[in-house]
Amino acid sequence: MTTEASSETEVKENAEESAAQPDQSEKATRETQEVLNTEEEDKEKGKVKEKEGKGISRYLPTWLKKQKSLSQTSPTKETPPTEEPTSKVTEEEEVSAPEVNGHAEEAEEKEEVKSEPVKEKEVESNSNGSADTEPAKEEKLEESVQTTPEENKETTKEEDVAEEEKKGQEQETQAEAEVQEGDGQTSIFQSPFRLVRKPKMKVVVCHVTLLDGTDFSCEVEKRANGQYLFFKVCEHLNLLEKDYFGLTYKDTHDEKCWLDPMKEIKRQIRSNNWQFSFNVKFYPPDPSLLTEDITRYLLCLQLRDDVASGRLPCSFVTHALLGSYTLQAEFGDQEPDQPRPLDFISQQTFAPNQSKEMEEKILELHKSHKGMTPAQADIQFLENAKKLSMYGVDLHRAKDSEGVDIMLGVCANGLLVYKDRLRINRFAWPKILKISYKRNNFYIKIRPGETEQFESTVGFKLQNHRSAKRLWKVCVENHSFFRLNAPEPPTKARFLTLGSKFRYSGRTQAQTRMASSLIDRPAPNFERTSSKRISRSLDGAPVISITEAGRDMTENGHDPNLELQSDSKSQMRVHGDNIYVRHSNLMLEDHDKTQEEVLKHQASISQLKRSFMEAPPPSPPQPSQWEKRLTSSPASTIRVQQQQVSLEEEIASVLLSRHAGLSASEASCSIPDLTLGAAVTTSSAATPEPLELLLSTPPTLSSTEVSVPQMETASADNVISDTKEPAKTTEVEIEETVVIQEVSKATKAGNVTVTSNSPAGPPAEQESSEQKVRSDEEVVVVEEANQTRQESVSSESESEEEAEYHPNVTTSISNTQIPEEKEEEDKLEGEEEGEEMEPEVPAAPAPSLPAEISQPAEETPQEEEEPRKETEEGMKDEVEEKQGDPETEESTDDPMLTPDETPKSFVPPEVEEEEQEEPKVNGEASAVDAEPRPHGICCSELPVVKTEMVTISDTFAAQKTEIATKEVPIVHTETKTITYEAAQLDGNGEGEPGVLMTAQTITSESLCTTTTTHITKTLKGGLSETRIEKRIVITGDCDIDHDQS
Amino acid sequence: MAGLMAGFGHYTHAIVRGIPASLAKEALRTNQAEVDLDKARTEHDAYVQVLRTRLGLEVVELPADESLPDCVFVEDAAVVCGDTALITRPGAESRRRETEAMKEALTDLNMNIVEIADENATLDGGDVLFTGREFFVGLSKRTNQRGAEILADAFKDYAVSTVPVLEGLHLKSFCSMGGPGLIVIGSSDPAQKALKIMQQMSDHRYDKLTVPDDLAANCIYMNLPNKGHVLLHCTTDEFPESVKVFEKLKDHMLIPVSNLEKVKLDGALTCCSVLINKKKHNN
Repeated sequence: MTTEASSETEVKENAEESAAQPDQSEKATRETQEVLNTEEEDKEKGKVKEKEGKGISRYLPTWLKKQKSLSQTSPTKETPPTEEPTSKVTEEEEVSAPEVNGHAEEAEEKEEVKSEPVKEKEVESNSNGSADTEPAKEEKLEESVQTTPEENKETTKEEDVAEEEKKGQEQETQAEAEVQEGDGQTSIFQSPFRLVRKPKMKVVVCHVTLLDGTDFSCEVEKRANGQYLFFKVCEHLNLLEKDYFGLTYKDTHDEKCWLDPMKEIKRQIRSNNWQFSFNVKFYPPDPSLLTEDITRYLLCLQLRDDVASGRLPCSFVTHALLGSYTLQAEFGDQEPDQPRPLDFISQQTFAPNQSKEMEEKILELHKSHKGMTPAQADIQFLENAKKLSMYGVDLHRAKDSEGVDIMLGVCANGLLVYKDRLRINRFAWPKILKISYKRNNFYIKIRPGETEQFESTVGFKLQNHRSAKRLWKVCVENHSFFRLNAPEPPTKARFLTLGSKFRYSGRTQAQTRMASSLIDRPAPNFERTSSKRISRSLDGAPVISITEAGRDMTENGHDPNLELQSDSKSQMRVHGDNIYVRHSNLMLEDHDKTQEEVLKHQASISQLKRSFMEAPPPSPPQPSQWEKRLTSSPASTIRVQQQQVSLEEEIASVLLSRHAGLSASEASCSIPDLTLGAAVTTSSAATPEPLELLLSTPPTLSSTEVSVPQMETASADNVISDTKEPAKTTEVEIEETVVIQEVSKATKAGNVTVTSNSPAGPPAEQESSEQKVRSDEEVVVVEEANQTRQESVSSESESEEEAEYHPNVTTSISNTQIPEEKEEEDKLEGEEEGEEMEPEVPAAPAPSLPAEISQPAEETPQEEEEPRKETEEGMKDEVEEKQGDPETEESTDDPMLTPDETPKSFVPPEVEEEEQEEPKVNGEASAVDAEPRPHGICCSELPVVKTEMVTISDTFAAQKTEIATKEVPIVHTETKTITYEAAQLDGNGEGEPGVLMTAQTITSESLCTTTTTHITKTLKGGLSETRIEKRIVITGDCDIDHDQS
Repeated sequence: MAGLMAGFGHYTHAIVRGIPASLAKEALRTNQAEVDLDKARTEHDAYVQVLRTRLGLEVVELPADESLPDCVFVEDAAVVCGDTALITRPGAESRRRETEAMKEALTDLNMNIVEIADENATLDGGDVLFTGREFFVGLSKRTNQRGAEILADAFKDYAVSTVPVLEGLHLKSFCSMGGPGLIVIGSSDPAQKALKIMQQMSDHRYDKLTVPDDLAANCIYMNLPNKGHVLLHCTTDEFPESVKVFEKLKDHMLIPVSNLEKVKLDGALTCCSVLINKKKHNN
């Protein structure tokens, strides 16, 4: 610890020393620490806290002493397991805790037991808190005292109480997120196994190279996931708009990889080298839209390095111009009396090939910036840098099909293909239906052009499998971030445990913009230092030390800290007025809780659903299978893939045979006019056939099934997520309609029934109304479907179509279900829907009312989380499939197929699905926080709201019809309308965003998720292709550029 | 510094060159046609007068070189963007020496000169379409991939995308810029296909103005102080239907310029000048 912490401030060192050498005098060290803390605290908070801290420390001593003694005794034990030098400090903490636990059991079992769990929580919280310096201040009166002073040093801003509160909130949120992430850990600790496992809670020191070149080191539980460390770094940087950034590490092949926030760090870094870099992950296309100067500053630092290293090529003139802005930002006006000597400039790197001529030009231009503030200079820097053609383009070496060396560039708009410096092709996200990789091959399936009938797949060879996967992940993340309103939920392991399903787990640009708009803290103070010149971080080093010290302190006084922290946390939450913070919390919050809460809210509905779940009908399983194929084509395992293939083939055949009729039926179905149940039945009959075939259920059953999906959707709407389910089903149907009309018909039929309330345009409304009416039955059905889906996960192949439908239902029923759909959707959306999605998203962002918007946003985040998980699962599945079976790849492609589906199927259904998801999210959020205030964080909307959302989604399905939500909040309805538009765009324009533009007028801030799953089979004999697409569109409050295509 | 990519269409200088007597007989042409040297010179004089008098540009007129029959088409000899001038390596062997005088003139204008040393590279300025945000380089009989790569190296700030030119001599034989974000494009299939490629390759959105005649799609856009949008385009005598399309541009100052003779030599309006935007502080 000491060695590592050496860079840190003296305070840290003291703390570390004390911790390291408890023998000397723990008390003394404590006192010193306390003194330091108190001093620091005085600066910030005042003497009161000091007193409290002292008092706490006094109380704590028993625990602390015990812990210390334990820690002292146990160090040897602990160290061996950790094996990591960096972990020593952490070990101390860990050791102390475990030892304490052990001792507690022996000496004071009761107290210790109680305290231990608390401690564990505290430890986590502390770790979180340490990452979040602010919370530490409030919460950690005793322990945090040390940290707080450091924090103060770090961020002068902290002086502002408001800022502190915000930070605290953020910390809380982060802590929550962490807690969620580390639930397993916490549970373990709490469980009787504590003693055994606590020792495992080893702490590791992570070294993070920041953008200014300084090194930030912090302790992290060895089992912490990437997000924990990332949040710690962001806290250290005082960065709120963190979604554009990420941590990188070098893999065993010395290649840079992005640290997956959702995975444990130690499982990603293989060499036990806890060395990371903080980097810009998503380059905002328009930096001027960033809310805070500090964010722009960090982006500038990244870009300066990009430019200086040659990663971002630019001309001589641009080099000079950017360099001059850098000088202005870092040194201010050039003093004519004391012109900076050339050698001073030559010490700085502005360009790969920096010449005297360039340096002179830089100085010359610098003069012209007189009077420009650093923030203004940064803005000018970014305004010029963003126009560079390679701005934000992540290049990957590859070879084309002919073995020619090329570069693949991933950016906000899509995938670029370069040969040497020439752009030889470009695939905008909307044009890409599917992204996949197999071994060292990377594939993109391209939406057919206006005159083309078949999508084409373009393959590239990468150096190896790792490169292909890395490229694929980057594509998935960039597409999700820039194209989607909300990230696809990664599939949770609960239901889908197959394979890895990577999905982007962060906020999308739309969401982060939304969140950024809610930042109301005073502009944080930060020092600008040239990354190259001054390698000493201004704020960082002291802050780091502080955080470490704080951690140490917390470790020592876990018990008191735990109590205090818990209190402080609760207080913080209560205080948490910052929407932003809440939002982040919501994002981070576990879906489970939210789900549970939602369920509670939905009590009656949930009960019904539960009953249904218990006895899932046969039909639902089929949909689940479909869903799996569609949504989780990636997620589904090889088995699934194979099955899917067979299913796909079957479906394809069925579809082919029935396409003519189905198409007609679809057309009718697609029209919202079909309001009569009879029409629905007919449509269902048509569409269900394929399902029936697959399911081997009689036509009547199929019809029933069809109705069931509808019902499910309706029920979902009625409940919270019911609407989502219907929407999904509708979407699935739509997609199916694209390939398989039958499926689409079924969904349409459902819509039609819904429409009975409101004719054509308002299918969604109808659905909502229907949902209400149907709520009980539908809910049951949905639940069943969900169950079946879950169950069917193993046997996805059997009922892919149904699965697709069901996924929606399932999603509505349970978060996990939704995530699955989302995953599929994400895949689809990412590629196919991306275009359409964008338009939709913009519409969503439009939301007129911030509050309303905020609510949707909240919903979306939660939804996003779940969906993301699902999507991740789905992605994994896809990956597996891709790797394993070509067919599986096809299945993954299916999502990409969305364009076809979209045109055929109605985008609105997708929208509905998204909405449904959102409602679910809302429900979840509501479960967590029923209050709508935390707009950004999570929707605390009642189940009713969710139903409303569902209804909206229905309307979206109707696309044209206005949202006729019964009890839905206005905001929801708005979002629905937006989604519809987006859906329309998807369906109509085959990706043309023009329609979406109109949607933009609808300023709905709520997020809608649409998931589309496509199942495509290609029969060489007949060249017949069966495609099933499910789309889940999550429209967030965030603004999405419709123009972006 | 106005910054990157600011002021598309702002020009202060134009480089033109006289018509040698050898033009009539020896200039390269894709279609056999009789060229009236006097008419051609008259046309060219009118063209230069528009640039100099009507538009107020500072025109640098290079003397004709009888050994270079195509030397009037100066566009092919250099690509100028911002302060950087890329001296090309024309695809036609007989035109290589045209760049010498051009380089001299551009050097005199204090431009940053970039030359093509690679003998495998060919690049005609007529294949280079600069939209204000990026370059499109037509891969044609006169321009190859290597030439495009060198252009991309010379203008690192901009994306450089390649567009196959299936018909016509140059990329700009059927298209040009009609304003910021406005591409004037011919209505032929090859032209439309090229436009689609350009649209696909670009991160930016372009409006298009489709004119019935491919040759009419070559026009000269400028954005000049006190004049605003200026468009030099074909005359009614040449392409009456296309002129009707141009006349729909209400915000533009439309200046028809006759090009009846030079067009016989595949010379379009843009071919006869190199437009430069020199900041005053650059001398």
